[in-house]
Amino acid sequence: MPNTYTLISSNVLSSSAASVTFSAIPSTYTDLVVRFSVRGDRADRRDLLMVGLNSSSINISCTYLYSTYSSGVGQSGRDTAATSAGFGYFDAASATSNTFASGEIYLPNYAGSTTKPIGSILMSEDNSTTADGWAQASFANSTAAITSINLSRLFGSNFVSGSSFYLYGISKS
Amino acid sequence: MTTAVEINCETGIVTERPLTADEIAANEAAAAQAAAAQHEAEAEAAAVAEAKESAQAKLAALGLTADEIAALSK
Repeated sequence: MPNTYTLISSNVLSSSAASVTFSAIPSTYTDLVVRFSVRGDRADRRDLLMVGLNSSSINISCTYLYSTYSSGVGQSGRDTAATSAGFGYFDAASATSNTFASGEIYLPNYAGSTTKPIGSILMSEDNSTTADGWAQASFANSTAAITSINLSRLFGSNFVSGSSFYLYGISKS
Repeated sequence: MTTAVEINCETGIVTERPLTADEIAANEAAAAQAAAAQHEAEAEAAAVAEAKESAQAKLAALGLTADEIAALSK
């Protein structure tokens, strides 16, 4: 059972940015965890988080479940394999001011030579109207070690200033 | 200017660069494609809901009660 979290790298945006990439990820850990808090500038209450691995050279397929607070309706779906995959909705410009969505992506055995499952959750926050909760099982169809992780948004132009990104390595005990 | 941020985990160096024209074009194409797919899914869901409503109205016209109509979809 992995029991150690080591912060490999982090970044808090001091100005808006379209994407954030962790590159040259060391292969010395057992698992990786990306934790983030993000808000976008799309003129809507939400945007879609996109994730790419190894400079978008790896196909990722996904199955997801999500619920929207205002309707209480749960929905599910799956995406065909793509080199940039949707990982859930996050707060955008018309969500309550200064609210951010929080999420985590877990990549077990990221440096191994087998194909890799990926687990993730993402919860948006909107204190007045609507928010989404998103859980996803993904699959990275590559035997290559994961050496870079890119997070971006689909519809808007940027993650806003104050969005934060943390990459942890987990070592087995 | 829209920028991409890269954090090199080996060196700790953070690089900010403007998106290339190709990256901007790819982003726009992906967003347009996703919006079209969403529109299509919404239209399909609306068509299904409309057909269901129409079928229920026809069943009611045949004399079925609301409970009987609801039981058909359980």
